[in-house]
Amino acid sequence: MRLTRALSAAVLLLGLAAAPAAADSSPSASPSGDGDAPTTAGTSFRTATEFEQGQVATANGAAGDYLYWSFPADAEQRPTVKATVKLPETHAAQTWRVDVYDGLRRRQACQWGAQARTADAGTSAVELACVLRTVRAWTEPWANDPLPGTYYVRLTAVNVPTSDLGVPVSAEVRVDSKDIGGAAAVDGSLAEPLVPGIAVTSGAGQGDEDDKSAVLSAIEPEDGWSSGWWSDRWVWSGIGAVLAALAGIGGYALTRGSGRPSRVPPGA
Amino acid sequence: MITRTRLAAGACALLAALAAGLAFPAGASAGEPTGEDAPKVDLVLDVSGSMRTRDIDGGTRMAAAKQAFNEVLDATPEEVQLGIRTLGADYPGDDRKTGCKDTAQLYPVGPLDRTEAKTAVATLSPTGWTPIGPALLKAADDLDGGAGSKRIVLISDGEDTCAPLDPCEVAREIAAKGIGLTIDTLGLVPNTKMRQQLSCIAEATGGTYTSVEHTDELTDKVNQLVDRAADPVVTPVATEGADACAKAPTLKSGLYTDREEFGQQRWYRVDVAPGQELRASVSVGADRAVNPSYGVLLRAVTAHGREIVRGEAAGDGRTDVLSTGLRYPKAVSDEDDAPAEAVCLQVTNSFSVASGVKTTPGLPLELTVDVVDGPGDSDDVAAFGLGRGWWLLGLLVLVGFIAGLLWGWLSRWRFAIWRTN
Repeated sequence: MRLTRALSAAVLLLGLAAAPAAADSSPSASPSGDGDAPTTAGTSFRTATEFEQGQVATANGAAGDYLYWSFPADAEQRPTVKATVKLPETHAAQTWRVDVYDGLRRRQACQWGAQARTADAGTSAVELACVLRTVRAWTEPWANDPLPGTYYVRLTAVNVPTSDLGVPVSAEVRVDSKDIGGAAAVDGSLAEPLVPGIAVTSGAGQGDEDDKSAVLSAIEPEDGWSSGWWSDRWVWSGIGAVLAALAGIGGYALTRGSGRPSRVPPGA
Repeated sequence: MITRTRLAAGACALLAALAAGLAFPAGASAGEPTGEDAPKVDLVLDVSGSMRTRDIDGGTRMAAAKQAFNEVLDATPEEVQLGIRTLGADYPGDDRKTGCKDTAQLYPVGPLDRTEAKTAVATLSPTGWTPIGPALLKAADDLDGGAGSKRIVLISDGEDTCAPLDPCEVAREIAAKGIGLTIDTLGLVPNTKMRQQLSCIAEATGGTYTSVEHTDELTDKVNQLVDRAADPVVTPVATEGADACAKAPTLKSGLYTDREEFGQQRWYRVDVAPGQELRASVSVGADRAVNPSYGVLLRAVTAHGREIVRGEAAGDGRTDVLSTGLRYPKAVSDEDDAPAEAVCLQVTNSFSVASGVKTTPGLPLELTVDVVDGPGDSDDVAAFGLGRGWWLLGLLVLVGFIAGLLWGWLSRWRFAIWRTN
């Protein structure tokens, strides 16, 4: 009797505990349709072409151009920027680099990935990558940790011989995020995401849908910015509380035995 | 349809252009304004003698340019006001002085009449010198006025033949004068010197340089540039920072441009009310050949000179801009109507140039200011102080189990005592 109780408690414990583990392995940002992926790139922060995560943004440019794109990244995501540059058949050795900047135009460090690469003469393509740090919902103002908002990608040749200046190249950029989940859920949140010009756009009145006036950045993830309220920490903590209660009941039951206390004489 | 065309002729150039596309004679007279914010593009075409060379897809460079222009004129978006300027089209002689003044407006910047513009392009024949500098100056005048974006597309097949006026410096001065004017350059079958000169012109204004060897490349690129001009872009507001906080201009949320000379400090002020957050970012552009290794520093300083927060950036090698930013949330005040704090923003740069490079006008500076609501409090590292992970679960289970055991024993002990008594 005691054994069955202990066993059933253990099974229950395992079953409940598996739930948050399952929540951890939720799939990352799913790729959206490429139907409206941009085919141009901007030439400055101001004119950066916006694209969504999962889309493949392409552009035709020239060696020496500074190509700018921007994408939204939300809290608890760890974006990976991948860029491919297709070079013409004949070219001298040239170095290409991808830089990522946040909504405050602060350069963001890459944890790993080949941020810069030299294409030797004759190579047809260069592949670059940059894995950013995890985006947090809140940081101290003195930190330059990634925050939810606009991110800029700048792709350029940092070392072009004059003979190759202006030679047509084509570039391709894609951003995918790993969903880090509750492990990166910090306390606190920003009132507005780090989107440049948001003070102007939010002040101008949301009702003007037809207002075509240009904005610095009109970026927003497909399903909106996260409220910062939900994280799987609620599940973990809740399950922990339930398990503690069950373990308490289990422990109590163990001391009670199967019925009468053994020391009580049978005739009492 | 006729009434509609008449209406369009009166007021709306968009409809007029549409009608023109349907082979109706366009009613809108050239030069009629379609609005203050219409994007303007001036195509500047080199018609110098060298355009006669037959090396683009078997035809002359001029033929390639004409074909490209015809296609571009067909594809130009309705809202773009397009003009065409030539350089070296009229004076065939040898007098350098006259040859270097040879630039003319072939088609004025305004609502586009495709047929007329095409006819004008058809008359061109390669003639004279290559006065790029003067042509750029005139083109900038063509684009004068209006608040929309302005773009010059320079198509040339040779470097400037009118030294000592360096077209690169001309471009820099034009950029320093106007707001949001970009010069894109295209080199037809370029040589090394020409690449350097044209890419220098482009970089001076934040434009692009492209080498062109084929007609379709030329068409695609010019089309791309004209389309780019049609994209709505925020036009920055010109401001002039002071050399001390006390004299600095007060800025509201928005996008600003300024010029900062080498080693100069620029100060601006922003009012931040309690409970609000200031977000500022600054980009200093390298619009000329600068020495490798450079930096930009943006500091937020109180009126009394105490530094609140800073953003710094440093770089090395070829770049267009160097940017940094900062964030300053002002704490909520206990007082009811606490005054807004005047935060001073100081921008300094450590760009340098080799001797011989002109240091005026200063480097282009772009400043964005956003004053938004402040962020929420963060009392804990984790969201709401909640826990997570197997260690937490283990601890909770262990503590719960021990508590259960203790409680059980306690109640058994109490029961036993009660029984004995």
